[in-house]
Amino acid sequence: MTQRPTLLSVTDLRVGFPDGPKGRETLHAVRDVSFDLAEGEVLALVGESGAGKSLTARVLLGMAPPAARTSGSVRFRGRELLGASRSGYAGLWGRHVAFVPQDALSVLSPVHTVGDQLAAAVRSVRRTGRAEARAAAVAALDRVGIADAARRAGAYPHEFSGGMRQRAVIAMAMINEPDLVVADEPTTALDPDVQEQVLGLLASLRETTGAALLLVTHDLDVVARHADRVLVLYAGETAEHGPVERVLGRPRAPYTAGLLASLPPGEPTGSRLLPVINGSPPTLREASSSPGCAFAPRCPLAADPCRTRRPTPSEVDAGHLVSCHRLTDVPDVPTCLFQPGGNG
Amino acid sequence: MTPLLDVRDLTVRYPGRNRRSAPVRAVDGVSFEVSAGETLALVGASGSGKSSTAAAVLLLRRPDGGEVWFDGRELTALDEAALRAVRPAVQPVFQDPYGSLSPRLRIRDALAEPLRVQKRWDPVAGPARVAELLDTVGLDQRLADRRPHELSGGQCQRVGIARALASEPRLLVLDEPVSALDPSVRAGVLNLLVGLQERLGLAYLFICHDMAVVRHFAHRVAVLSSGRIARTTTARALYPTGTARPKTAVDTRKAAAT
Repeated sequence: MTQRPTLLSVTDLRVGFPDGPKGRETLHAVRDVSFDLAEGEVLALVGESGAGKSLTARVLLGMAPPAARTSGSVRFRGRELLGASRSGYAGLWGRHVAFVPQDALSVLSPVHTVGDQLAAAVRSVRRTGRAEARAAAVAALDRVGIADAARRAGAYPHEFSGGMRQRAVIAMAMINEPDLVVADEPTTALDPDVQEQVLGLLASLRETTGAALLLVTHDLDVVARHADRVLVLYAGETAEHGPVERVLGRPRAPYTAGLLASLPPGEPTGSRLLPVINGSPPTLREASSSPGCAFAPRCPLAADPCRTRRPTPSEVDAGHLVSCHRLTDVPDVPTCLFQPGGNG
Repeated sequence: MTPLLDVRDLTVRYPGRNRRSAPVRAVDGVSFEVSAGETLALVGASGSGKSSTAAAVLLLRRPDGGEVWFDGRELTALDEAALRAVRPAVQPVFQDPYGSLSPRLRIRDALAEPLRVQKRWDPVAGPARVAELLDTVGLDQRLADRRPHELSGGQCQRVGIARALASEPRLLVLDEPVSALDPSVRAGVLNLLVGLQERLGLAYLFICHDMAVVRHFAHRVAVLSSGRIARTTTARALYPTGTARPKTAVDTRKAAAT
């Protein structure tokens, strides 16, 4: 396989929020996250609610909450984005980088027709006439499989079903053929048939345009179907990062193993109970104050070093990184570390 | 054995787009049974009639045709006063754990509310019952003084289940109860529901669109399509047969590694 050029390079990204008297201290929600995304590649960011995956995506897009304190580096084609001004980002948005949110209504205006909004997206990056922009809008709706696109372009978002709205948002994201699409739980609100259609649509559009995709999701099934590589976040830190086959097939981080163990099995097992990871994720404060591994309180393998020293990522295989002190003690079928529980 | 819930030829219609167009048959002659201790899953695409069926079973909406029998009584023939006596036995648990709890009520008040409404609140036994409910769903007693926004999604869903249990129901209508939860949290909530069913003999009508969850959790499955039951099968029959083929997308990618 030829090495594709790097599109996006994230190094030691930290995102924190002010805390303590006069906000002098910082509580970190994302700590030392690094990854590269090659042209045309699909990387999934996985983790539980609060693991920092959406926040990471938003920081990359220049859409961090105003109070957020960021450090590290985010380079897009070699150009540093972290700390760039709004106008620095404005040249990227739409043209090079596009965003697909979970909730389509949060990015669509309720008072303009879908066609007008798509046409405005075209005119925001290209000098074209109204008629031409309009035609491009209709063509884009047609490409995402909206029947009778010319007529539908005159409809308002509330006249679309949930699946159609998500298609319209994807049409808008792809209309200027961006190099990178960041999708934050793009199908969580949809039912499974529509989910597969929407993800399939994203995949086929990516194939024609060659766009890379950063896919934020908690659904390992979606990761298995659509991603090349996966980065598992736990409490704002990288637990495991590598090719999807390796990470899902032979997870080395106990947390990844726990996530996989908690999925309903592919065959009948005789037990109606599922293995669970005991306990719950740490709060920001707990994660910030603990000197050890953030997962240690819930980890079946936790030992002394896990409680006193934070593990750093080490490479267990080509491109497969794991942050775990006990990594050599993780069994070959690590999902067996987890037992059924949580039934009160 | 007579089933606990017996739904016969259920029909639910909604008015058409305008006066001239025909009404939409959301549920069109659906029949099924659920026994005590059993889970029947209703599956189907959006608009296939799952939620309309659930609303009719809960008598939130009177069906336009057909009968709903519960524990040997025809609910569809009862008036509102008589229904009120039956309602505690059939309780819903909804998808959105935050949306189904009042943001202003502390958890202890959210759990006491069903007892107060049913005029079963006792100043001595009541608080003990609330504590017992928290315990039953595996929640820390300290959460009683919190409000929903201070809880995680999984904790909120456990409160939703505890609230349903407050009425001492015999049937729970579970409308996508784990669809909004992370996989690791989802497993814990499903285990809780399995434990409650085995301990209390609860019947579940389980609406879910995730087939991997359905075949693991349900006993039987009714597949709805355009308001009708296309087929009813055992959950076990939904597992792919043969040993050669990987069973899930995750398994397929795992297999690619070796």
